[in-house]
Amino acid sequence: MDTISFQVDPTRYRHWNVSKDGSVMQIHMNVDPEFPLKSGYDLKLNSYDLGVDIELADIVRRLRFEHPEITSLVVSSGHEQVFCSGANIHMLGTSSHSWKVNFCKFTNETRCELEDWAAQADVRSICAVTGPCAGGGYELALACDEIWLIDDGNSAVSLPETPLLGVLPGTGGLTRLVDKRMVRRDRADVFCTLAEGFKGKRALEWGLVDVVAPRSKFDEQLQQHLAQIESDRPGRNDRQGITLGPIEVTEADGVRKTSTLSVDYKPEQRTAEFTFVIPSAAGAPTTLEEIHAAGDSFWPLRFARELEDALLDLRVNRNGIGLALLRTQGSLDDIQAWDQILLGHRGDWFVDQIVHLFSHVIQRLERTSCSFFALVEQGSCFGGSMLEIALACDRIYMLDEDGVEVQRSPMNEGLLPMTTDITRTDCRLLGEQELAKSTIGNHSRLDATSAEKMGLVTEALDEFDYEDMVPVAIQERVSLSPDSLTGMEANLRFAGPENMESKVFGRLSAWQNWIFIRPNATGPQGALTLYGRPERPEFAWDRV
Amino acid sequence: MSTVDRNGKIPNNVDLAGDKRLQRALEHWLPLYMEWWNDMGPAGFQTNDIYLRTAVSVEAGGWANFDYVKMPDYRWGIFLTPNDSVNSIGFGDHYGKPTWQEIPGEYRGNLRRIIVTQADTEPASVEQQRFLGTIAPSLYDMRNLFQINVEEGRHLWAMVYLLFRFFGKDGRDEAEELLSRRSGDEDKPRILNAFNEACDHWLSFFCFTHFTDRDGKFQLASLAESGFEPLARTCDFMLTEEAHHLFVGETGLDRIIKRSAELTMETDGDPMSAGGIPLDMIQRAINYWFTYSLDLFGGEISSNAANFFGEGLKGRFKEKSRYEDHVMKTGIKIVPQVIGGVLVEDEVPYRNAINEVLRDEYIEDCKRALRKWNRTLEKSGVGVELSLPSRRFHRHQGIYADYPFDPEGNLITKETLEANTSRWLLNSADNDFLVSIMNQVIEPGKMANWIAPPSRGINGQPLEFEYVRL
Repeated sequence: MDTISFQVDPTRYRHWNVSKDGSVMQIHMNVDPEFPLKSGYDLKLNSYDLGVDIELADIVRRLRFEHPEITSLVVSSGHEQVFCSGANIHMLGTSSHSWKVNFCKFTNETRCELEDWAAQADVRSICAVTGPCAGGGYELALACDEIWLIDDGNSAVSLPETPLLGVLPGTGGLTRLVDKRMVRRDRADVFCTLAEGFKGKRALEWGLVDVVAPRSKFDEQLQQHLAQIESDRPGRNDRQGITLGPIEVTEADGVRKTSTLSVDYKPEQRTAEFTFVIPSAAGAPTTLEEIHAAGDSFWPLRFARELEDALLDLRVNRNGIGLALLRTQGSLDDIQAWDQILLGHRGDWFVDQIVHLFSHVIQRLERTSCSFFALVEQGSCFGGSMLEIALACDRIYMLDEDGVEVQRSPMNEGLLPMTTDITRTDCRLLGEQELAKSTIGNHSRLDATSAEKMGLVTEALDEFDYEDMVPVAIQERVSLSPDSLTGMEANLRFAGPENMESKVFGRLSAWQNWIFIRPNATGPQGALTLYGRPERPEFAWDRV
Repeated sequence: MSTVDRNGKIPNNVDLAGDKRLQRALEHWLPLYMEWWNDMGPAGFQTNDIYLRTAVSVEAGGWANFDYVKMPDYRWGIFLTPNDSVNSIGFGDHYGKPTWQEIPGEYRGNLRRIIVTQADTEPASVEQQRFLGTIAPSLYDMRNLFQINVEEGRHLWAMVYLLFRFFGKDGRDEAEELLSRRSGDEDKPRILNAFNEACDHWLSFFCFTHFTDRDGKFQLASLAESGFEPLARTCDFMLTEEAHHLFVGETGLDRIIKRSAELTMETDGDPMSAGGIPLDMIQRAINYWFTYSLDLFGGEISSNAANFFGEGLKGRFKEKSRYEDHVMKTGIKIVPQVIGGVLVEDEVPYRNAINEVLRDEYIEDCKRALRKWNRTLEKSGVGVELSLPSRRFHRHQGIYADYPFDPEGNLITKETLEANTSRWLLNSADNDFLVSIMNQVIEPGKMANWIAPPSRGINGQPLEFEYVRL
């Protein structure tokens, strides 16, 4: 299979038109049916595949950094007949299970990032639905702050997956329906079994959309609303966006390298060794002017983007890899200094968005179906933001030796929350709240014994034990059932409270992935298999 | 069940008197319908006596009862073809099983969609033709227009009956929506495009009744095969009335063609100078309405259509007599498609191409009428032939909609298409001219100059008969 790249830029968009009018960003979904990511299907009726969503993810990412001046985002359709007919069914029907799962996960992350960015940047996102808006199309709408539906007797919102395809409605759409929009659950039940969905009045009454307007008044009402949004958000005009350049990737002898990290793939051992190299902070930009001038070459931003790109590559292009080993190289002084630059300029839109992106990338790691071990060894620098990445791992092994230390910072105290909105320290120490509290404000350097006592590392091992035990732990890990591990990790990583976002991924992993492999969806007589074919599905009626 | 109640408010053979719930729903709907009819029905003729045919029973002959009626007093009723002895589903995955008397739950959504889409066309055409009475070329034609209008109104009743009887609250909501949409309205347009196109002169009217109502014939005929028996019987009865609409369209165009040929010969090729319609303009009208009507058959490759067939909801034209294999699980059909910028023949599962199967039948039927018109032209000696454009030309739905084709069906450039559009399709100058020559003719037996008289009158009456009392 060809390697999938997640990098794209506006000059290469095939499926979206992006235009800006004052402080309003307009993105039109206008999918080119003849350019699917893989061959074998056409992207008809504004349906989408991973390629379409990679462009959307890029748009959202660029909104975060390149357009701090905007006050609202309008998502609309460039297709004459439909708004969006959702994920392409023929693509789903012909894809492998893992492809479908990664597709659903990625599209949800894109929608979560859209929500996250809009909230963080205080930008109002509005989905202007003209034409039928089905399945994943409605999910995109659900990810926006407001849904406007044209009342023309034809346009409707729907989640038709159950009646038409025999799969879970939406990849997260159900959770957004009842947890975000708080549609009554019995009404949601009716809505999700009705293939054609609801039009104007009923959609509004049931809370499926926020505004309904006839064609003759739709644009005018929307413009008035956008003007109001703009006047409520003054003072952004002077902001200058940061252009995101491409990420340079090289790969030689199994090592994938970008400017801030390398990944050494060992397919025969089914491992990937990540090494983050923290540069010296001497000469780092320290003033806001310098930080903005550095733009996308500013190390924290570069690192976050490159780590994310490496994680996506791991997910989609390296299916056999079961365990990632994370190491850092550098000094705790440097990482502390880099973190301090960010902490010192909080409130600046650019710095804030870097921190949000960093948070988003660590969350992405936790949602990756791969085991992660952090290895704290000589020469490592797991402090602050780097320690936070280690805390996201399934295990942390720390060498108990002079000079090997970790260090907490304000970065570990709420600035980089988990998907569930709590800190990783609180998640680890759910049953030891006193201990969790005692870590707050303790920013001293900790050797292995102290770190272990504080609950920060899984095991502190002396030189001999480390050499004995870590390689064995690695070998053992990669010998276990990958499916079991995926399920086990997803269950253990998110201890503590749930929120909408964590439920989206939790429900999605548990249910969609189960339904996808059931005969009623993907067996020879399954509804997804037969969709668009002349035969009709035959269900096995047992409730499992 | 098939006893006709002629005395109730609503004539019917569905035992309305014995179904209080249905009766209440229809009686609630009746004033709303009358309000719509008065607002959107033929403008200016509601108080006149019209020589109309009214269905009073479903037996042979009984549905054609002629008398003077004021249109608002027309007896809109509900008639289903009597139950015949064939009670098994004639096609699809349920082939051979008993037909459904009630809606099967799993197909409720699809049936509702089919019925609402069909129902929406009925009031739409009345709205489109609203002002044509004021420029009618004769009392004979005016009467035919009104006959069509009241029958389209009755067809709406037939469909609304199904919505009320089988779809509960949803059906009642849909029935009200049917009266609130308006042809060509920016905010509340009719569902299908052809029913939002302006039809503001009689050349378009005859094209509409010939081409667009002919789509209706094929849709109704394929629904008359439905495994949902009440729908099948309703549509079967509607077909008997639809035949007259097609007759009006086909003979209307034939009369215009005949007169245009005469005037072309008399004026040395300039019929416009004598208030006649040039034959190339007629060709443009044919191109325009034929292609818009082709859109009504739906996508060339359609999983919905495959489902409707597989589920036993919508069959093919004359399913029982014309086809041997009624299941068609495995067949294929060749459908030319544009792939990589060229037209190539592609194999499509037969069921998914079933809209195309129906479109084939329709095109054949249109060709038959075309041959008649060309015989009229041949007799005239004018030396011109009319033609049907390719099914790929000027499409707004389906796999050809996004590509520029010429009337012969060849892929061309967008520029060529734009440069020739006014030559190929009825244009605004044509429409202006057509409206300008159409003045109301009300003297019994007289015809406007641009149209030949019909060969005979209605119901054995002479042409001079006063079909409309003004």
